[in-house]
Amino acid sequence: MNRDLDKTMSQAPSTAYAVEMQGIVKQFPGVLAVAGVDFDLREGEIHALLGENGAGKSTLMNVLAGLYRPESGTISIHGQPVDLRSPRDAIERGLGMVHQHFMLVPSQTVTENILLGLDEPRFVMRLARYDRQVAELGERFGLRVDPKARIWQLSVGEQQRVEILKMLYRGADILILDEPTAVLAPQEIEEFFNTLRSMKAQGKSIIFISHKLGEVMAVADRITVLRKGRVTAAGLDAATTNAPELARLMVGREVLFRVERVHREPGEVILSVDDVHALNDKGLPALRGVSLKVRSGEIVGVAGVAGNGQRELAEVITGLRPCTSGRVLVHDREVSTGSASTAIGQGVAHVPEDRIGVGSAPNLDLVDNLIMKSYRQPPVARGWVIDQIAARQNAGQLKNEYEIVAPSLDTSARLLSGGNLQRLILAREISAQPRLLVAVQPTRGLDVGAIEGVQRLLLAQREAGAAILLISEELDELFSLSDRVAVIYDGQIVGQLLEEDRETVGLMMTGQMRMPVGS
Amino acid sequence: MTTKARTTSRWRPPFRIQMEARLEEVPRWLPPLISLGAIVAALILGGVVLAAVGGDPFATYAHIARASFGSLGVFSDTLVKATPLILVGLACTLAFRMRLWNIGAEGQLFVGAFGASAVVLIPLLPPETPRTVMIPVMMLAGFLAGALWGFVPGYLKARLNVNEIITTLMMNYIAISWNYFFIFGVWSEGGFEMSKVFPKSAWLPRLADYARQAPAFRGLTTHLGLVFGLLAAVAVWFILYRSKWGYEIRLIGDNPKAAQYAGIPIVRNTILVMMLSGGLAGLAGMSEISGVVHRLQGNISHGYGFTGIIIAWLAKLNPFAVVLVSVLFGSLILAGREIQPSGIPKLIQGIILFALIASEVLLRYRLRVVRVQEA
Repeated sequence: MNRDLDKTMSQAPSTAYAVEMQGIVKQFPGVLAVAGVDFDLREGEIHALLGENGAGKSTLMNVLAGLYRPESGTISIHGQPVDLRSPRDAIERGLGMVHQHFMLVPSQTVTENILLGLDEPRFVMRLARYDRQVAELGERFGLRVDPKARIWQLSVGEQQRVEILKMLYRGADILILDEPTAVLAPQEIEEFFNTLRSMKAQGKSIIFISHKLGEVMAVADRITVLRKGRVTAAGLDAATTNAPELARLMVGREVLFRVERVHREPGEVILSVDDVHALNDKGLPALRGVSLKVRSGEIVGVAGVAGNGQRELAEVITGLRPCTSGRVLVHDREVSTGSASTAIGQGVAHVPEDRIGVGSAPNLDLVDNLIMKSYRQPPVARGWVIDQIAARQNAGQLKNEYEIVAPSLDTSARLLSGGNLQRLILAREISAQPRLLVAVQPTRGLDVGAIEGVQRLLLAQREAGAAILLISEELDELFSLSDRVAVIYDGQIVGQLLEEDRETVGLMMTGQMRMPVGS
Repeated sequence: MTTKARTTSRWRPPFRIQMEARLEEVPRWLPPLISLGAIVAALILGGVVLAAVGGDPFATYAHIARASFGSLGVFSDTLVKATPLILVGLACTLAFRMRLWNIGAEGQLFVGAFGASAVVLIPLLPPETPRTVMIPVMMLAGFLAGALWGFVPGYLKARLNVNEIITTLMMNYIAISWNYFFIFGVWSEGGFEMSKVFPKSAWLPRLADYARQAPAFRGLTTHLGLVFGLLAAVAVWFILYRSKWGYEIRLIGDNPKAAQYAGIPIVRNTILVMMLSGGLAGLAGMSEISGVVHRLQGNISHGYGFTGIIIAWLAKLNPFAVVLVSVLFGSLILAGREIQPSGIPKLIQGIILFALIASEVLLRYRLRVVRVQEA
């Protein structure tokens, strides 16, 4: 076939293929996840697989990693056709995948986790020797982590390094990284890219799954774009393409990177946070005198490096966390009671940061997840009974209106993709026609198409006269949506900006500068 | 330095069974079908054991079936055994839905029996009280006593986060000892382990009581407690799946943080659910003494409260399935005594339990036979 011809013609290492996948089809009940995809990875390159949530990136790579069996299609590794039946088969051929959700044992050390499931050591652990090997391996690829540390002591970024080390230790020379940057802080991402480059320099071939255009452009040699289970662009040279082009390939239409925001005079004060102090989960001060006002028809952004009190601020305003002093008024009524019910009664909607852990009930169906805030009043409630017909109707309507993609209303929330789950939460919160919407990281982890949709929804709420508090780490988003941006640092509001000024924001976010705040 | 994982190559059969995680909702008809399959598999396995020890599995199973479903009379006895199981099974179902591990149904059953007896034995109501008053008051007393027994661990859990597994378990022993104090001491009949027999007005009506009007009912021991059980199953189902309160219970059970986020009071619900759960178990105690033994005595429960835990799980916390599973267990208890005092019946119960629990995996994974291709 053609491949034999290729082999004889190209002896140069740059065109030797580490992986070739041809005509891969993977069908899930009701969904054609991957519809005949060709993909190839050259030796020693970083190849980015770009696509929206649900485009089939992870499915395709799970096929390659031996987790799923494709309905049809062939896979070759280093030119040899293979039949991968399990992840073990894949790793035996030098193919290792690092998943989005880590598979580590929290109470064990780094080395113990790396050795887990291997044939050696057989009985006596002799950890010191293996500790040394792990340390050396980490040193070589710039994946520094203490081999003796226990997993629970490590940051998410360090845990990711352990996952990668696990694959390298097993002799993987082809690495598949599924959305590796999603869990990393911005400062960790650059370091991570350096690791990728160092691994590449040492001959590893890397597949980098992402939906973030900037990252893909920064680190990849070639880019393949998937949309709805099909390839829309194969093996583009990263140096010759550009972000708008990639975005169009990903979502199939032109994407506005800036949504339009019309000028609007804000109305009456809806939210008034008055010198609020509150503790975090560990009982340490998290908010130290925060004052803030949000008016009707206004979006106020809160910028800050993660962990400076943003989460606690959102929880105090939505009533989940009591404040130790100060008060939070929504429409002149105190809401920081320690229970969310007063806030909900005052028309406060909350898009929480943790969508799976807080914002949804994973094993309940769409209907039950959509009535979480409305089950108390008619039409969903009829006396002490829930009107099933009204609840279903309401759910069906929201499912259509907010384009929640799911086989049926009886689908459990845990089976929804990230973007769909966020649409479900937004549908529930926005359909309550809130007076105040507190949105925390509403677009985190979403793809460009979905981000735009979420941002439009927020602006529509602003148009409708809601007061919106937008807590985000994405400066682009904050500046394009907000009427004002307040900066939080170490539990205090250290400044406020009306115009985009990244330098000032950066200085304030890192505590280098503060300015007096009026409101 | 990089040790490569050692490849062990061994002979592989030409076909393999592969497990794939189910990524979609399982169809509604599948869980009952799998449970049925598991029971059939368990009976086959049990049959192999029976044959191995020299028994005749077909004869044994036929005997079990005859002894528990063979005639109206024995089926009625099966239902009598199933009655307390239904009520405690529902008690556990309700609490487990909210992930409250109430393993104190046994104790709640005992205090329920005590509460109901107190009405007759103190006496709160004179013996000549008509049945239509006596029975409801006894039900109420049994329910409230069980609810009180559920309230204590519920309150401790809600307010002080005391582990309810420990407290409910410990309170079982308190309840049993409390009952013994009254059975041997205060209300003892001639120092025996039982009180005097209740007046007829405190007996739950049996089918046999209506034998004069309907001769077919002659000798049938099934009593009104079964109706309580069935009504309770409907009520628990309605509460869980149709009421606002049940929605709160399910939401807390699935994700307490989401419940908090939805403004649901977890403290109040913890206490209320434990009370209702205890009350249902208490009702089981009332139905046993008023429907079966007609006096307060020591061994009214043969571990029903603990069997209720198993029943709730086997029924996958579905109130209607609780009824079916209880009848199955009732028949095994009844037929078990027919075959052998101990041994085989317990063994078959155990195998069924294991098979049902093992079959759960089929709800989460699909099995596929794949041809092994030589690479």
